[in-house]
Amino acid sequence: MSRMEINELERKWLFVSLAMIGMFVGAIVVTAIGKGIHPPSHVETIDSASLHLSQEFAEDKLGVQPEPLADGSLQVRLVAGRYGFYPREIEVPAGRRIVFRMASMDVLHGAHIPMTNMSTMIVPGYVSEVVSVFPKPGEYPMLCNEYCGLGHDHMWSKVTVVAQENWREPATGGKQP
Amino acid sequence: MNDATVNRLTLFNFWVAFGAFGLACFFGMYQVLERSGLFAFLQSPAVYFASVSTHGVLMAFVLTTFFIMGFGYYTAAQSLRRPLWNPPLAWAGYGVCLFGVALAAVPLLLGKASVLYTFYPPIQANVFFYLGATLLVVGSWFWCVIMLVMFAQWKRDHPGETVPLPMFATAANALLWLWTSAGVALESVFQLLPWALGLTDTIDVGLARTLFAWTLHPIVYFWLIPAYIALYCYVPQAAGGKLFSDLLARAAFVLILVLGLPIGFHHLYMDPEQGAGWKFLHMVGTFAVAIPTLLTAFTVIASLEMAGRRRGGAGLFGWIGALPWKHPMVLAAILSLLMLVLGGFGGIVNASYAMNAMVHNTAWVPGHFHLIFAGTVVTMYLAVAYKLWPELCGRRLYSDDLALVQLWGWFIGMVIMTTPWHILGLLGQPRRISAVQYNSVLTLSWEPYELAMIAGGFILVGSACLFVYLLYKTQTAGGKVDAREDMEDAPPTGRRHG
Repeated sequence: MSRMEINELERKWLFVSLAMIGMFVGAIVVTAIGKGIHPPSHVETIDSASLHLSQEFAEDKLGVQPEPLADGSLQVRLVAGRYGFYPREIEVPAGRRIVFRMASMDVLHGAHIPMTNMSTMIVPGYVSEVVSVFPKPGEYPMLCNEYCGLGHDHMWSKVTVVAQENWREPATGGKQP
Repeated sequence: MNDATVNRLTLFNFWVAFGAFGLACFFGMYQVLERSGLFAFLQSPAVYFASVSTHGVLMAFVLTTFFIMGFGYYTAAQSLRRPLWNPPLAWAGYGVCLFGVALAAVPLLLGKASVLYTFYPPIQANVFFYLGATLLVVGSWFWCVIMLVMFAQWKRDHPGETVPLPMFATAANALLWLWTSAGVALESVFQLLPWALGLTDTIDVGLARTLFAWTLHPIVYFWLIPAYIALYCYVPQAAGGKLFSDLLARAAFVLILVLGLPIGFHHLYMDPEQGAGWKFLHMVGTFAVAIPTLLTAFTVIASLEMAGRRRGGAGLFGWIGALPWKHPMVLAAILSLLMLVLGGFGGIVNASYAMNAMVHNTAWVPGHFHLIFAGTVVTMYLAVAYKLWPELCGRRLYSDDLALVQLWGWFIGMVIMTTPWHILGLLGQPRRISAVQYNSVLTLSWEPYELAMIAGGFILVGSACLFVYLLYKTQTAGGKVDAREDMEDAPPTGRRHG
């Protein structure tokens, strides 16, 4: 075989590779465009140094919001800071669309509820928005999954998912069970 | 055969690379022990994160950069059959890199630079850490220039001829590195250094992460290309066959160069500062860059099959047994391809746009990249060392059998260590924690896997020690190679295998 020749088998494999990759990308395109499944990419800036003064992330506005959004989703506002997500405990109903809005008051953090797709980075200067639905009631830890300092291991909060019929809407933002 | 200058230059670069490698393995060992929580006296987030930072910098920046420079000088002189262009410049680059490493080492070891290897603003490291890291990158640019000049000179002297494959790939890597290191260099010079020196008060974290992502992921191909050079150029001959096709090998290197560059945002899938459209484009690019790797796996396996059949292997799988498993280069290639397949599946999960949410920043990720980097890449670096050490020192490899034991140990240890990582990732364990402090039932299911990681870590650190010992003994006590013996055609130890 000369140096500059492509073997017949290799040519076939090239097409197999292309088809394989095309299939993966195709599956992602279909779910992204058809079903709107995207990673959390909410490009919205905020001044992280003055979160406590802002409308949205002021202390009495945090936590599960009493007013559902127009589409019926429940909104949850959290501030991430060394070393916790504030408020530390929240209670949400099962089976309902939950929109988390989060901002960091200091360094990089990440929020992840294991075994679910609730995951986002929280970058200073930006609001992170992530949407999830928890089908099963139970107690879930929300872990910080991005190195944020020497106390990083201690940074976690508790999310309690209760059955839809047992859930009572909070009267005011920031008031927690 | 290369001249003394090239040999010395390669050997000096390699010793820094493999010295860093041996040291970094001990940090890794400490980390699996600390994180298991079994030894109360080891528990310390401050020491743990200093150790993670040092381990990452030594493995990902020091081992790789020095190995690639040394291997490049060797490859250029050997394959082009011409002396090295401008050796003083090469030594200057070596000096700048080494000075940078020394400068960064002090704050790292003192715990003043616990920003892991991806820097993590707005957590701030001591200014000497950023300065040292910058100098390491700047020094490596000297190497890029020498490689590209030698490539151009050869083309000028050999009009119409095709440049030898190893040099073709090395030049592609030099180009790739010049472009890809620009992102981290910009972050360092315009953001991190002024900020660490107190010239600016704040830092734009979104921009810093974007610039760093420019360098991540192509940096992985900077590390991978030398491993591919060995797979394409050394393995088929070592197995007793020849390369399946030269043209597709070149196509693979060009594809890596072109497609490898613009895909860094897949490290930012979960970040709020990039729009979904950009992430989507980078996802498509990330999948496209799997194609040269699929081609490489096919070509190398096909070349091995041809060799196996030539050696008398028959039937569907008979050729596998007929391969010279006792040749370090062949064994390394087989083990490294196995880990590439396992790690590659994990990589496809990571790359999957929205599915990434399940595994992002969990233990799954170090599981994946240890298979690809420590598995595929480093295993081939080790095999290259076994091949080159006798040539560079003019002495036979100290022990063939120990080299095989070392390679098997590295493979077995890596499988034992990375399998629990993948499982822990699916169970939601974050990757960057020094201890499990969560008072939650979920975390109970994590405990058994920590033990397996310790076992894997012990095997790996033993294997790394054996490797450094073998290099040292070869250089100081290996039998002298007969001057008349032609090193180029001889297998690494000068003795025929299998």
